[in-house]
Amino acid sequence: MEHVNHIAVTVIGHDRPGIIAAATAGLSGLGLNLEDSTMTRLRGHFAMMLICSGDCSPRQVEDALAPLTADGQLEVSARFVPDDDGVGPAGHPYLLTVHGGDRTGIVSAVTREVAEAGGNITDLTTRLTGDLYVVVAEVELPAEVDAPALATRLRTVGHDLGVDVTLRAQDTDVL
Amino acid sequence: MSLQDWTEAELGIHGRVLPVMQAPDAVLSAASSPVDPADPETVRLAADLVATMRVSPGCVGLAASQVGVARHVFAVDVSGHPKARTVHGTFVLCNAVVEEATRNEKGREGCMSVPDLTGDVKRASRIAVRGRLPGSGEEVVVETDAFEARALQHEVDHCDGYLFLDRVAGAHAVYARQTYL
Repeated sequence: MEHVNHIAVTVIGHDRPGIIAAATAGLSGLGLNLEDSTMTRLRGHFAMMLICSGDCSPRQVEDALAPLTADGQLEVSARFVPDDDGVGPAGHPYLLTVHGGDRTGIVSAVTREVAEAGGNITDLTTRLTGDLYVVVAEVELPAEVDAPALATRLRTVGHDLGVDVTLRAQDTDVL
Repeated sequence: MSLQDWTEAELGIHGRVLPVMQAPDAVLSAASSPVDPADPETVRLAADLVATMRVSPGCVGLAASQVGVARHVFAVDVSGHPKARTVHGTFVLCNAVVEEATRNEKGREGCMSVPDLTGDVKRASRIAVRGRLPGSGEEVVVETDAFEARALQHEVDHCDGYLFLDRVAGAHAVYARQTYL
């Protein structure tokens, strides 16, 4: 049976057309399968992270993607990761929203409160537009966590920072 | 009177166009206080909301907190919007509450007070909202659906101190507003 490694690849730098096409062509040329991936632009910078699987080493991945980095405007890194598919029991899903005037420490103060309650943040985006800072996070809370009490503590943290914080259950409509 | 027959002419005064507040202004985060619909100040505010809504391109609703007044009043007009089904034309409601809400649907929302972002928000697509008309103080129940229902819930949220950002559907449900050339 073919040996399967899981390799985490990040590509970050100056955005231009064709980065994904070139990067995925390089991976496919090594016989790697793309598993989970995400790509976005962060204040105009290209940012991609992905996990791929196959029988090769991180060094081979970085060599295959070297042409992407030739002009010095993109960085590529690759490393082994263990196969962590399906870690632990899932908690109850909640959505955390923060918005208010931009200042340092908003994300750290709010996420510290979530962490102290045993909550795990599974997805998070932040946006700054003008003076408005927005955080939206998906949070898994263990069943024993008192979510309304956590929501109250988060509102207090937000009040001290001058931002609005809401925590609400994320409902899923199964069709 | 039927809500459909109501126009801002009922108010008997011309509204002023007021500047629109933008987040993170604190007035947008505070719950608004109830009003006396017959108070001349409420009538003036109602006229100002309609006038400001009218001159703002694409604006289908405006709450008093958005013009810096923490009072429980908003104007709505979704006439001609492609996503609207039931349409009651222009109207202003005081002290409105959502009494019934069913059939959640996700839709993309923007807001004059959050000009650079939009977001996907799940809202009831069939609702009944009870409120009072400015001036006469007559109690009305607005039963509506689709886009008008979304607009009403968005405005009631403003009156309660919430923005659409507080209701977005996920970590990837907030978007930079596109500007098309």
